[in-house]
Amino acid sequence: MKLKSILAAGAVVAVAGAALPAAAQSMVETITDRGELNCGVSTGLAGFSNPDSEGNWTGLDVDVCKAIAAAILGDADAVSYTPATAQQRFTILQSGEVDLLSRNTTWTLTRDTSLGLHFAPITFYDGQGFMVPRELGVTSALELDGAAVCVQPGTTTELNLADYFRANGMEFEPVVIEQLDEVNAAYFSGRCDVYTTDASGLASIRSTVAENPEDHMILPELISKEPLGPAVRQGDDEFFNIVKWVVYALIEAEEYGITSENVDDMRENSDNPGVQRLLGASAGMGENLGLSEDWAYNAIKQVGNYGEIFERNVGVDTPLGLERGYNDLWTRGGLMYAMPVR
Amino acid sequence: MAVDSDRGASASSKTPFWYDPRFRAIFFQILTVVLVVAGIGYLVSNVMTNLERQNIASGFGFLQREAGFAIAESMVSYSAADTYGRAFIVGILNTFRVALLGIVLATIIGVLVGVARLSTNWLIAKLASVYIEVLRNIPLLLQLFIWYGVITVSLPGPRQAMSPVEGIYLSNRGFMIPAPVADPIHAYMGIAALLALAAGYLIRRWAKQRQIDTGKQFPVYKTSLGLLILFPAIAWVLGGAPTVMELPTLQGFNFRGGLTLTPEFAALLFGLTFYTAAFIAEIVRGGILAVSHGQSEAAFALGLRKGMVLRFIVLPQALRIIIPPTTSQYLNLTKNSSLAVAIGYPDLVSVGNTTLNQTGQAIEAITIFMAVYLTLSLTISLIMNWYNRAIALVER
Repeated sequence: MKLKSILAAGAVVAVAGAALPAAAQSMVETITDRGELNCGVSTGLAGFSNPDSEGNWTGLDVDVCKAIAAAILGDADAVSYTPATAQQRFTILQSGEVDLLSRNTTWTLTRDTSLGLHFAPITFYDGQGFMVPRELGVTSALELDGAAVCVQPGTTTELNLADYFRANGMEFEPVVIEQLDEVNAAYFSGRCDVYTTDASGLASIRSTVAENPEDHMILPELISKEPLGPAVRQGDDEFFNIVKWVVYALIEAEEYGITSENVDDMRENSDNPGVQRLLGASAGMGENLGLSEDWAYNAIKQVGNYGEIFERNVGVDTPLGLERGYNDLWTRGGLMYAMPVR
Repeated sequence: MAVDSDRGASASSKTPFWYDPRFRAIFFQILTVVLVVAGIGYLVSNVMTNLERQNIASGFGFLQREAGFAIAESMVSYSAADTYGRAFIVGILNTFRVALLGIVLATIIGVLVGVARLSTNWLIAKLASVYIEVLRNIPLLLQLFIWYGVITVSLPGPRQAMSPVEGIYLSNRGFMIPAPVADPIHAYMGIAALLALAAGYLIRRWAKQRQIDTGKQFPVYKTSLGLLILFPAIAWVLGGAPTVMELPTLQGFNFRGGLTLTPEFAALLFGLTFYTAAFIAEIVRGGILAVSHGQSEAAFALGLRKGMVLRFIVLPQALRIIIPPTTSQYLNLTKNSSLAVAIGYPDLVSVGNTTLNQTGQAIEAITIFMAVYLTLSLTISLIMNWYNRAIALVER
């Protein structure tokens, strides 16, 4: 009798549970309660998200996570990183395993719609390129007819590659391998003639994996637009706004010349109302986002402005050695343009 | 009598109905069904609600859309302009191809090694033991990486390809051999081969009957093999004996033309075959050892030769023990082929994962995976169970 009633009760609960919507707690509340931000990153791409020799995650994408953690929690180190392959990344975001995906992910219409995602502003403008061994004697991507091409599955790269060869009436043999390490190994062992991914990724792989980086060259053609940015789940606009505006704040800070070093000074002494608004010297912006007024101050103080983040991780003085190019501020001819914080 | 039935009736009327074993039996069966259905219903409705709440598209409509990605090897024509549905078919056929070849090769190697381990020759027995112990104790994924690494790292690039014979090339792009240029006569040769198989079956039946009737033997296997070669050869000659061969030639980056065994396929096939063969070898050895030694002694006493003892006495009995566990190994091999994704062979899981990622339809793609593997596995099971019944001991 007892057993029966327990089982019956269980069945009722199970059936009823289906009808009940999940208890609604906002993302910001969840993150604050948890005390850390769960951030999805790559399995290791130098310059973007890569664990250093001490196991600390570093890179441009990682710094975006840190800035958001600093804005919400006041502590840039309160981030828990979940490495994900190109294939796992959307599932871990959709299923709620991570709050935010900051993993060199291209913003496309399909991902924005059928995957149920929102993309925050672009943190890196990239394009897909080809890397070949110098000894192959190839100087243009249009000479690649019949080549074996190493590529990671589940990426826009895989689609652009097929489009490009189709558009130019060329054939190719795809060698599609999921794990980054294994694709790298396949290319450097000579299984493929060509390696394709985002140009920044090629630079990263060439500088860190190649025995002799000089033996490999990146072809001049960029065959696609790859706007990379952080993504969140649909359904919590408050959190989406925060992610969006933290990224804008980092860019805006560079525009105003606010760096991690002079941010205290600027907050105390700047007469510029824009700077005062951004750093919380005049109140209102933080309240609108549902955060404390020093949200942007914390992010800039602990992580730096966009320019600092870029130069530290992928800039000319790093092994990747990338120029600002499209990623420079709009005032200097780039595409980085923050919406006004006001 | 009357008292007894009376007591029974009064007892059952006093006992609460939940102590009635018949009621209990039915009640718990119904309860189990309700719980299972409710559990599944809960999961499904939960998934639907969550997908809707997060604005994630669902349904199988994506199978009709253009895939847009390329697949390296395919048994049917496929290009990036084809649909996701066709990409899935390519993946399924690739899985099927490696599983089928793997099962055939693993069986042959497994039986040879299993018998070798029982050999009285010390060296052969020890070599077989080492093979089994090493291969079955290293995880399959590692073995795949080793095979793939060996093939891609140790072999030269296509421009320095090894060429033992003109037209045959071995490089890190695979093993290239000449192939006859497609000709309609090839289909007729296939039909001729099937006819030869049918003829072989009829000859076998006739020979068996003749042996029962007259005691005379007939060389069935040699005749059948002869027919199998002769019939297609006749078809080929009648068709004008086309001899044009397509040679693989180095063009630009890679070889074109001819037949190619890619490194990915080779690594997967070798890995699956040698790994599974180690298990099958142990099953074969166990099966042979399980046949009582008295059986072969009795057969020798009747004057049968060694080969005949193995063929007519030991193996038929051993097979009954060998078949069921071997079926499990076949199923394992088929399912293990999904590790292909690690070394880039475009099997069902590899193609499906790409589709899953491009479309975001995780649940639909996984459902297709499960349906395909279930169908493949159940088909193998059915065939093997049928074979098992066919060779089972017929008892009166």
